[in-house]
Amino acid sequence: MAKNDAPPRWDRKMQQRLARGEAAALGELYDRFASLVHGLAHTVLGDERAADTLTRDVFAHVWEHPDTYDPKQGPLRSWVATLTHHLAVQRLRATETAALVQAGHGSTEELERKVRHASVAARADYIVQSMPAPLRAALELAYFQRRDYRQTAADLGVTEDEARRRLRLGLQLLSTAHDASTAPGAPPGYGGAV
Amino acid sequence: MNEAERFEADDEHQGREGHGEQEPYDKSSPDEYDEYDESKESKDKEGHGSADTAPGAGGMNGGNGDARHPTPEPDPDQPPRIPLPRASVEDTGHPLPALEGLGDVAPRPAPLVLEHRVLKSLLGAWALAACSPEETAAVEEHLGGCGACADEARRLREAVGLLHPAETLDLSPSLRARVLEGCLERRPPRIPVPEWAAPYDAETARLDALLQDFGDAEWHAPVRLRWFRKDEPTSRRTTVAGVIAHLLTVDGLVAVALGLRDPMGDVAADRPTPSARTEAYWRASHFPPTRAVRAPWREQTHDLVRTVSFTGGGAGNLSVPYGDFELPLHDAMLDRAFECWVHAEDIAEAVDYPYDPPSGRDLHRMVDLAARMLPTVLAARRRAGLAAPASGAHRHLVPAGEPGRSLRLEIEGSGGGEWLIPLDSPAAVGSAEHEVAHIALDGGEFCRLAAGHVSPTEAAAGQVGDREAIRDVLFAAASLSRM
Repeated sequence: MAKNDAPPRWDRKMQQRLARGEAAALGELYDRFASLVHGLAHTVLGDERAADTLTRDVFAHVWEHPDTYDPKQGPLRSWVATLTHHLAVQRLRATETAALVQAGHGSTEELERKVRHASVAARADYIVQSMPAPLRAALELAYFQRRDYRQTAADLGVTEDEARRRLRLGLQLLSTAHDASTAPGAPPGYGGAV
Repeated sequence: MNEAERFEADDEHQGREGHGEQEPYDKSSPDEYDEYDESKESKDKEGHGSADTAPGAGGMNGGNGDARHPTPEPDPDQPPRIPLPRASVEDTGHPLPALEGLGDVAPRPAPLVLEHRVLKSLLGAWALAACSPEETAAVEEHLGGCGACADEARRLREAVGLLHPAETLDLSPSLRARVLEGCLERRPPRIPVPEWAAPYDAETARLDALLQDFGDAEWHAPVRLRWFRKDEPTSRRTTVAGVIAHLLTVDGLVAVALGLRDPMGDVAADRPTPSARTEAYWRASHFPPTRAVRAPWREQTHDLVRTVSFTGGGAGNLSVPYGDFELPLHDAMLDRAFECWVHAEDIAEAVDYPYDPPSGRDLHRMVDLAARMLPTVLAARRRAGLAAPASGAHRHLVPAGEPGRSLRLEIEGSGGGEWLIPLDSPAAVGSAEHEVAHIALDGGEFCRLAAGHVSPTEAAAGQVGDREAIRDVLFAAASLSRM
């Protein structure tokens, strides 16, 4: 899917309002993205309170530095997800390192494996949430409701061909969650395409 | 895309409007997101061509063997072959069948002979264990000989491992307050949300979060709105979506006062009252309200908070006409916050969800509004002959601003406090020296009384003192309620 040249109006206006110091805009930003931010933070950190704290940090960062978002680079949603991912992984690495030092055993390889695993899981969640609704619906039926693809097709009112296509495409999208993790420092792949 | 599906896609989109994070999916052709397998497609074609097309392919083969794939004799050394279990939420942790060496497993019951194109299209369903056993066998046999498909199959299987049930963690409403406060401390806003608009901001956000995951069943769940009219309980049946339409039209009174667009549009109400506007809006729509009402309601709530933030201090003198009475803008915003909470509770009850009261600070402001309205309501009721006349031996009219006969209203619990309600004149000042009665009740109970959800004779209130004064105040509180 091609990225839009013009960023959505809402994103641009939101950035301007935040820059202007409008508290009401901050509330709207929270209402739109809090569950995304908290969900990703929870996936990475695996802890409710840590996710709460990280949610506060993410919104504080956006509120204090609204200019670091460039609407030309993509949707605000992707940017917020990338920021959350970055801060959450940073936090996880810091806590795990502290735990490692304190315990006096374990290895940095284990730590990195854990961080990588959390990172992939968070990206996967984001991909599932952001994929086109028909793909998500097909995966939901086939995986969670344990419908085979013929039943999935019937439930969705599409051909069996189309059901197979959606399941395959949905998984193809999801499998890209593994991609960025192989190259350390690579952007975590919260593009606007999915 | 057929009609049913288009409807579904639209519905999905509408349900999330106002949360526009979704890429709108309204493409009629599924090819829109096909780019992903273009490259694989061409690669595959090179390697395979039509070699996979075998004569006799296509029919479902129900038997256990045929000439080319005889059913093997059971081997006493091999465990009996059991069909692979379906992958499921419960057993995602199970190791998936190894892909290596799949080619040389003993032949499955009569693998179907399928075209390469079809086998490839089955990979997603196969990875999810959503194929028939015959198709599964055919795919697995194919993977042994086709590197490209085996690679993709491995990738897709790994992807399945990333699926897990969505955690429906409801964010705590107090998190919103904490996060926003934390932000505003670090960078004070140049345009703050006025304190008197904060409860409305919080309550509308809470209700919107409740609506977030509602499906059609919830949106059309019946709700009974209850209030007191002429000292009698009355009610009106509607649906969850109907309640949101009600909030939209009545919040619209504030919108109009602020010069914003009237959500009624072309619909004309007989009278500019909350109930007349609501009834007119309900009547004017050809169908009962649907979830589509959520987006305009939420947009208006955001517009209101934004507009009062800008007009802030200067809006002090603005008043909002409700048809039969007017409220200063500050109080109208508190009143709307209160109504939003009351109706959110109606909705939560209708769909059997828990719903907490507002934060103590917000609840206190709402109780304070009711306490401040009581003297005026008492006077109006007295004029209408509904309250005891202010002419008995102990009663006396007092000049404006002077202390008068008072009732002590004690509200317990979070957000509570004490208020002295002047009984004989709205212009009088509540006075502890002239206290003739004292009632004590829980904040939630007081609000249920003021919302018309509990009768004044049944409200759980501790009472001491002048019984007539107590009765008058309790009935006046109930008469604050409206649709």
